[in-house]
Amino acid sequence: MVARFKGQYGTGIREANTYLGQNYMVVDPSIISEVLRILRDREQFDYCVDVTAVHYPEREKQFDVLWILYSFSKNERVRIKIMIADGESVPSAVSIWATANWLEREVYDMFGIRFDGHPDLKRILLPDGWKGHPLRKDYGIIQQDQEWVKANLGIESGQ
Amino acid sequence: MGKGQPGDRERPIIMTDRTMFDLKPADPKRIDEKYLSHLELGEPDKTFLDSNELVINMGPQHPATHGVLRVILKLDGEKVLGTECVIGYLHRGVEKIAENRTYTMFNPYVDRMDYVAAVSNGLGYCEAVEKLLNVEAPPRAKYIRVILTELNRMASHQLWLGTHALDIGAMTPLFYTFRDREEILKIFEKYCGARLTTHAFRIGGCQYETYEGFERDVIKFLDYVPAKIDEYEELLTTNRIWLERTKNVGVISRADAIALGVTGPVLRASGVKWDLRKAQPYAAYSDFDFEIPIGTNGDTYDRYTVRMEEMRQSLRIIRQAVEKIPEGPIMAKVPKVIKPPVGEVYHSIEAPKGELGYFIVSDGSTQPYRIRVRPPSFVNLQALDIMVRGALVADVIAVIGTLDIVLGEVDR
Amino acid sequence: MLDYITSYLSSNTTPGESGNVFWALVYIMVVFGGISVAVMAMNWLERKALAHFQIRLGPMRVGPHGLLQPIADAIKLMTKEDIIPAEADKFVFWIAPLIILCASFAVYIVVPFGPTHAITDLNIGVLFMLGVSSLSVLGVVMAGWASNSHYPLIGALRSSAQMVSYEVAMGMAVVSAILMTSLHGLGPYGVSAASSGTGTLSMIGIVQAQNEQHVWFLFKFFPLGFIAFGIFAIAMVAETNRAPFDLPEAESELTAGFHTEYSGLRWSLFMLGEYAAMIAVSSIAVTLWLGGWYRPFPNSLTGDTWDLVFSLFPGLVFLGLAAIAFLGVRRMPKHPYFRVQTIGLAGFGAVLGLIGLILFVPPVRDRIQDIFWFVAKVAGFMYLYIWYRATFPRYRFDQLMKVGWKVLLPIGIGVLILTAILGVVL
Repeated sequence: MVARFKGQYGTGIREANTYLGQNYMVVDPSIISEVLRILRDREQFDYCVDVTAVHYPEREKQFDVLWILYSFSKNERVRIKIMIADGESVPSAVSIWATANWLEREVYDMFGIRFDGHPDLKRILLPDGWKGHPLRKDYGIIQQDQEWVKANLGIESGQ
Repeated sequence: MGKGQPGDRERPIIMTDRTMFDLKPADPKRIDEKYLSHLELGEPDKTFLDSNELVINMGPQHPATHGVLRVILKLDGEKVLGTECVIGYLHRGVEKIAENRTYTMFNPYVDRMDYVAAVSNGLGYCEAVEKLLNVEAPPRAKYIRVILTELNRMASHQLWLGTHALDIGAMTPLFYTFRDREEILKIFEKYCGARLTTHAFRIGGCQYETYEGFERDVIKFLDYVPAKIDEYEELLTTNRIWLERTKNVGVISRADAIALGVTGPVLRASGVKWDLRKAQPYAAYSDFDFEIPIGTNGDTYDRYTVRMEEMRQSLRIIRQAVEKIPEGPIMAKVPKVIKPPVGEVYHSIEAPKGELGYFIVSDGSTQPYRIRVRPPSFVNLQALDIMVRGALVADVIAVIGTLDIVLGEVDR
Repeated sequence: MLDYITSYLSSNTTPGESGNVFWALVYIMVVFGGISVAVMAMNWLERKALAHFQIRLGPMRVGPHGLLQPIADAIKLMTKEDIIPAEADKFVFWIAPLIILCASFAVYIVVPFGPTHAITDLNIGVLFMLGVSSLSVLGVVMAGWASNSHYPLIGALRSSAQMVSYEVAMGMAVVSAILMTSLHGLGPYGVSAASSGTGTLSMIGIVQAQNEQHVWFLFKFFPLGFIAFGIFAIAMVAETNRAPFDLPEAESELTAGFHTEYSGLRWSLFMLGEYAAMIAVSSIAVTLWLGGWYRPFPNSLTGDTWDLVFSLFPGLVFLGLAAIAFLGVRRMPKHPYFRVQTIGLAGFGAVLGLIGLILFVPPVRDRIQDIFWFVAKVAGFMYLYIWYRATFPRYRFDQLMKVGWKVLLPIGIGVLILTAILGVVL
């Protein structure tokens, strides 16, 4: 399968490897939506297990956005990873798998990564007016949005 | 009731008096525009002043179960046109906390997510870290893990049944299932000291050896429970009112279920015969012989029968496991300070609610770099919108119950 | 004056018929007091029985085995703050529970506890009963409207729609029973040639017709009487908004019912009205189908000895209850904290036993028969109500209306037509 992709995209596929028995592919951000679509249609990865991100602040391309996909017919799981810089946005996978709707909202909520083409990109777990994206490494663990807490709860944050 | 007196509603006294939505329930026109939800149908802001349509809030507090979930319904009379779930009331930032704890320290946090079925959460986490460390738990530990996890699955389904029946109006099954759940919780308490948030497993195996009389207790439970499951079935399965309330309510088709990524009994009731215990076995499940129940219609009644049958299959697994627990160590050779090599791994198990996955990124230190929990209830809850389009308001409650959501898991 | 009072005692009619105002008032007081006590007892029984169905114990602390719980509840409700929503219509808000209460209690004017033990015996008794019990719908709508809040309003509208639709089915069942009063033949299928439409709408007349025909209307034209009874039994549960038809007042549904905004004493008036309505419609069912105040088998097990045997039942029932109370006394924990409760329960048992013994005394025994059998049958229905609540899930509102209009009404009409045909043909 990897050979097919490499043949089609050449340098677009940065890396395809197996670690501890789990296959993953690192892909160029520009071709990611096509790759995902091909994975669903041709390679039968019809179930999107998870969409998530990891933040590496020291790297130039700070964020790792991951899609974990599973194929019922092949009983196989694969991880697709792209690396983007802060502020870049990623094409949304909602049109490919409906699961991605809330999963991408959560990534946006926690990391601040925008997804183009998402029907309703809003904060999902945190209150609507919250400032800041908690799972970034520069957000302290007991830090809260001082302004929101004061305005809405009337107390000092961090209590 | 003068100013400043307790009945004075003008001056907010306690925190909960000051809310974002300072409106009287009778007056929908005063909803603050910026907090209005944007439902996908039609123009979001204008239509709720329309004569036929009504936006109703099923508020964060519920008289029955399920924790703090807010569902905004757009109704046309009694029919539901669209829903929007507002979650996050129970968000505790577990993933952020994980980055500041060591792997062993994080183990108890994991139980608190799906607090109803805590043992499976622990199993998923421990197995994920063991995968990262490339160790395997010894066979005895695996069998103990299977027994406890299946007992936990039974307890979770029993709680589901009781609360679901209560939502639909049958008050009695709640008490029956809770009484039987007590027996399971007693076993957990004797084993690890806690009933609900058990922290039963450790990275590399189990910490506690099974106590004296563990097998005897489990076998006594296995003999006692099938009659009780029959009792629940007798009360509900052929009850005319139950059938009318659950058949063809909240139907989700097979294609929709796969596209929306629902897992667990919801997916199996829609006809997909897929269970992670059989597809990608973990922790000694490959040694046992059991079946996967599936349904045909994908409606609430099918989910009910699938879960009842799963309870019976769990009993089957436990019986097989208890009869052949191997002797041996219960803990693998794991270093005292757990420092997995750099890498990332994703491991998932079949929790009672669906596929519970852990994606752990390690940077070589004692603290995980990133832990992502893929909660089954979070993804299942997305399907609520599709399932209740065109149904009546009373069905929304039934469907929330049948999805078996635990807010601790949805919000983490 | 004294003549006026004593002259009634030798007469053979109800106070209403004989025009005796004094005794009418006495009967009204007795019935009113009795129903109130019955409602309190029903409250206790519901909590205990429901708890036992759900393998728990129910109230145990307030009195011995929770016997004083209803009194505690009443005191609590009476001393609660009386909250009226700021924008509610005050007069309507105040009067709505009163209307429901009056409508429910007014039914008791025609309910016969014995051949002459009714407040009055209107010769249109059944019509009166149907009409007056429908008035409670007005109270429900007023309660929902006056609360000025859209959840109670929706709940009230649903509740009133439910009550009205099941009244139609009730009416059909009742008319079937009325048809049977004109038959004058003996036994389940007996129709005599003399049946010439001299049926009656009076409640006492219906019971006496059952006696004349030597059969409870439950078994008349079997299974038609049975089906008519079944329709009435289901419709009466829906009429009083009880499980499984309690969607309008269920807590886990969206609208919390028409009595959401009521608190304290006003709310307790609603509950009083609801229980009184339950007892009232059960009494109607007993009168129409179950032979009213007659003991079982008055015509097949006749004779003085059988009369004697059956007349011992009231005393035996109370002695049995006293025995259960004393059993409870024996099982009380032997701890000083429980001393008061143990003594209380023993006292209660003693009172029951005393009543039982009094009921063995011949003059009392003879007079108490009718009332006892009537109350025993109604008590059976009350237990059924609680049993339904414990067992069944709730109907969704559209299914509820479907059952009322599309299932019960056609069956009711069918039974009516068949009864009429059989009455003519046989």
